[in-house]
Amino acid sequence: MSLLEARDIVAGYGETEILHGVSITVEKNQIVTIIGPNGSGKSTLLKTIFGLLRPKQGSVRFNGEDITGTPPETMVRKGLCYVPQSSNVFPSLSIHENLEMGAFVRKDDYSQRIREVYDLFPDLIKRKNDRAGTLSGGQRQMLAVARALMVDPVMLLLDEPSAGLAPNLVASVLQIIIDINQAGVAILLVEQNAREALKLSSRGYILASGQNQLEDDGNKLLNNPDVARLYLGG
Amino acid sequence: MAGMRKTSLRLPFHWTAGYSVLLGLVVVLILAFTSVIKLELVVNGLFLGTIIGLGAIGLSLVYGIHGFAHIAHGDFMTLGAYTSLFTLGVFLPRIGLDNVGLGPFTFGYPLFIALPLSMLFLVALAIGLDKGIYSRLRRRGVSSVVMAMTSLGVAIALRGLVQFVWGGGTEQYPRVSKDFYQLPMGVRIPPDNLFIVALTVIMVVALYLFLTRTRTGKAMRATSDNAELARVTGINTEHVLWWTWAISAALAATAGVLLAVFQAQLFPIMGWRFLIPLFAAVILGGIGNPWGALIGALIIGVSSEVSTQWLNPAYKTVISFAIMIVMLLLRPRGIFGVRD
Repeated sequence: MSLLEARDIVAGYGETEILHGVSITVEKNQIVTIIGPNGSGKSTLLKTIFGLLRPKQGSVRFNGEDITGTPPETMVRKGLCYVPQSSNVFPSLSIHENLEMGAFVRKDDYSQRIREVYDLFPDLIKRKNDRAGTLSGGQRQMLAVARALMVDPVMLLLDEPSAGLAPNLVASVLQIIIDINQAGVAILLVEQNAREALKLSSRGYILASGQNQLEDDGNKLLNNPDVARLYLGG
Repeated sequence: MAGMRKTSLRLPFHWTAGYSVLLGLVVVLILAFTSVIKLELVVNGLFLGTIIGLGAIGLSLVYGIHGFAHIAHGDFMTLGAYTSLFTLGVFLPRIGLDNVGLGPFTFGYPLFIALPLSMLFLVALAIGLDKGIYSRLRRRGVSSVVMAMTSLGVAIALRGLVQFVWGGGTEQYPRVSKDFYQLPMGVRIPPDNLFIVALTVIMVVALYLFLTRTRTGKAMRATSDNAELARVTGINTEHVLWWTWAISAALAATAGVLLAVFQAQLFPIMGWRFLIPLFAAVILGGIGNPWGALIGALIIGVSSEVSTQWLNPAYKTVISFAIMIVMLLLRPRGIFGVRD
């Protein structure tokens, strides 16, 4: 049984249909990357999987359970977390409070978890009482991912976690993703830095015009000359 | 007010702006001590400002979290004042509780029963209105203008209700007259005003602790920052919206009761008339910033009281209105507003 299975998703905003029947599967402990040109519906797919958009057709199954159109708070309880691309921290809350909000659905004592998360992101603990609005772009992305980790998720949906970051920061964000994955968290990643992302992925999907174009192992996609020419910039 | 940029529930104040407010206060006090303006008016303005503040904090919270200008806030105050009138004038005397003139105050201990009852009533009303009206509109995804216009309708309906039940005339809580405290420089303070300030301080400190120390309070600030992200994080934003109503309605009820004590009378448009100072305070403090709203309220209170030295008191509201317009033109983010 696959961990996440989105089948024949048709979705969009209002009258505008963006996804015309996209299917995607993620197995336990995998990193899966979705690449594709701007406007191909990558972010819309993540939002639909997470229940922020209700699909017009198609279904989403997580851990064998139909979760199509379930509200976000239920998703988080089931261990599925989503990190949006931008505006993904609470700027007027402190870094520590941001992490506490990540644990909002937890009724148990999460102090151990908060220590583990700080261990993973040592930059954050130094500034735990600063307002998140004072953080740099890279630190904000780290905090957003850290917040999603507070519920001990089974799977993370990451929407371009490296968007707008300097190249050296891109590398460290991707390294964090590998670390998180090695701790047993499956990851569905939407990335602009397609080459780098495919290198660390077990599978990759290419989306164009709201449809599946190609899917294969990460390495095979990287070595596919057509993919390189069309989607990886030669 | 619909499309206006809101600031978040940031803590603590933006200090440079804090200093400029402090400087303004020093200037006012110097003017007062050199007898250019009457110190008594300044002091009175601060008392009035605390009442405006209780209303403005709630108004600001609703704007920050619900995202619309709650026009019925003044009438929430009126209804809070009138429900206490019922408790003090009808309900409690019937069971033999008609004490007045507790210590130095004009009112008696029944006020301590009436006030929580008013708060409870207003909290129930606000949540009832949300379930019956606002949440339905929210689900339809209407704009903030529609929400504000709906609250205008609610405001008119509530005022009509007050006029229907209590009539259009002026009423009073059961009271006895008490001597004012005589302070130097001709400042006379009604003892009731000390009660007003003490209660305001308690409520503001309680709110501060709630917003900074509790899970629900932090979730309220998170929702004010970014409601969509709050939802994504797993916060039940519907609950946050109810909490916001509950807190701002309780504060409005308190403000209404205190206003009735402060001006020693009640009338059906007392809260409606208060709406301009409330909005002026909210805008002055930066929309959505409750602490800014409190400071804004003190400024509005002092300036409108001091204006009566030269202007007919009937123009008090005009002063608030003028300050509001000038702020909107010059610094729409408010004195504490900073960009994210």
